[in-house]
Amino acid sequence: MDDLQQALTPLAPQLDAGATTVVNLRRLSGGASQETWAFETDTGAPMILRRKPPSATGSGNAVPLATEAALIRAAAAKGAIVPRVLAESAPDSEIGEAYVMARLEGETLGKRITRDPPFETIRPGLAAQCGKALAAIHAVPTEGLPPLVTSSALTELEKYEAVYRGSGAERPIFEAAIRFLRDRAPSLETPVLVHGDFRNGNIMVHPEQGLVGVLDWELAHLGDPAEDMGWICTRSWRFGGTKPVGGFGDYADLLDAYHAAGGREISLERVLYWEMLGSLKWGCMCLTMYMAYASGADASVERAMIGRRASETEIDLVALLEQAA
Amino acid sequence: MITQPTSIELIESVIKFIEERAAPQLKDRDAFHARVAVNALAAIKREIAGGQAAEDAQTARMVALLGHDGDWATLNTELCGKIRDGEISPTDPALLAHLKASTIDQVRIDQPQYAGLKTLAG
Repeated sequence: MDDLQQALTPLAPQLDAGATTVVNLRRLSGGASQETWAFETDTGAPMILRRKPPSATGSGNAVPLATEAALIRAAAAKGAIVPRVLAESAPDSEIGEAYVMARLEGETLGKRITRDPPFETIRPGLAAQCGKALAAIHAVPTEGLPPLVTSSALTELEKYEAVYRGSGAERPIFEAAIRFLRDRAPSLETPVLVHGDFRNGNIMVHPEQGLVGVLDWELAHLGDPAEDMGWICTRSWRFGGTKPVGGFGDYADLLDAYHAAGGREISLERVLYWEMLGSLKWGCMCLTMYMAYASGADASVERAMIGRRASETEIDLVALLEQAA
Repeated sequence: MITQPTSIELIESVIKFIEERAAPQLKDRDAFHARVAVNALAAIKREIAGGQAAEDAQTARMVALLGHDGDWATLNTELCGKIRDGEISPTDPALLAHLKASTIDQVRIDQPQYAGLKTLAG
């Protein structure tokens, strides 16, 4: 950690005017592919470092950190509410593949945002703020962006169908959802920059300002703008809230603000399509996590029990199928 | 079957031990896993109490839907195949009625607090 603190020191002047060093470096979280560190400059400016650990092999769908940083900068240029990226670091440097951004103040825990009293006053405006942020993200010119995969409703569906088939599970509700979604897959006309993990839990929310930053860009890709809308409306991310957008807002709040901010016309039907695909996707992800237990790769009770959360997505899928029938 | 104690009583005693004695000694990830363990035991308890009745009801509905007898696993495989191949539409009212009843029973076992249960089951 001392080495990392030392390696960060030369960046200090770039992070805050008058800064000469960095202090108070501490690890916040980290998995196999990603570390998050917090620190301050000696002038007191709060920072976040996202870094790929030197030993990391890279994880499946995640974009490189340099891409993440470039996308956040590009979204900021379009006026999206995102963290300020202040410095990037190359893979062969002492710090390694990483970037530094200004640390935001607020809450990311979905349950608190949806239910806790401090967020009562900003909650009614939050879905509109999300719609406005998405309009800016989706308006980023795709020429000149780092390489990103393009995926349509059908390619996303096929990806998760393969996960389900590979699990060996036989679940009629998943079969019905797959069939329904396959028969109605919308075509991808003009792919836009899609955040890819836009949901309650990945947005930073301040009790007075509301949305202050869209976080967690590692699943960004080119695709259907309604994918981001469907994902934040997916019932698994409502945290007990009664409203469809992240548990805190109505569809119209999200869509009207999106259009008002220059986003293209998107039908509620298309959002509901992606919402159903979102439930299927999370259900398949629960199965994947359970399979880590079944294979012996992760023997924790948490990995075992998450398999039972696939049934939550099934009840949501049935509700959506009934609504569509 | 031995009933001194019943399996339900055994599970309840383990839940009580984890919640009252073990969990308070744990922190961070272990404390979280202790909570998950209690949830898992509670689901097992509900499955022991209601799982068989739910499976029997599911089998009876599949017999009606598919028009012939069979055990749960065989019927379930056949139903999955017929939906996959398009022989039964995913919006067929009789299919949806079966899926709805089955998922309500399953979520009552797995996650009875889930908000989606209230949405669908009322």
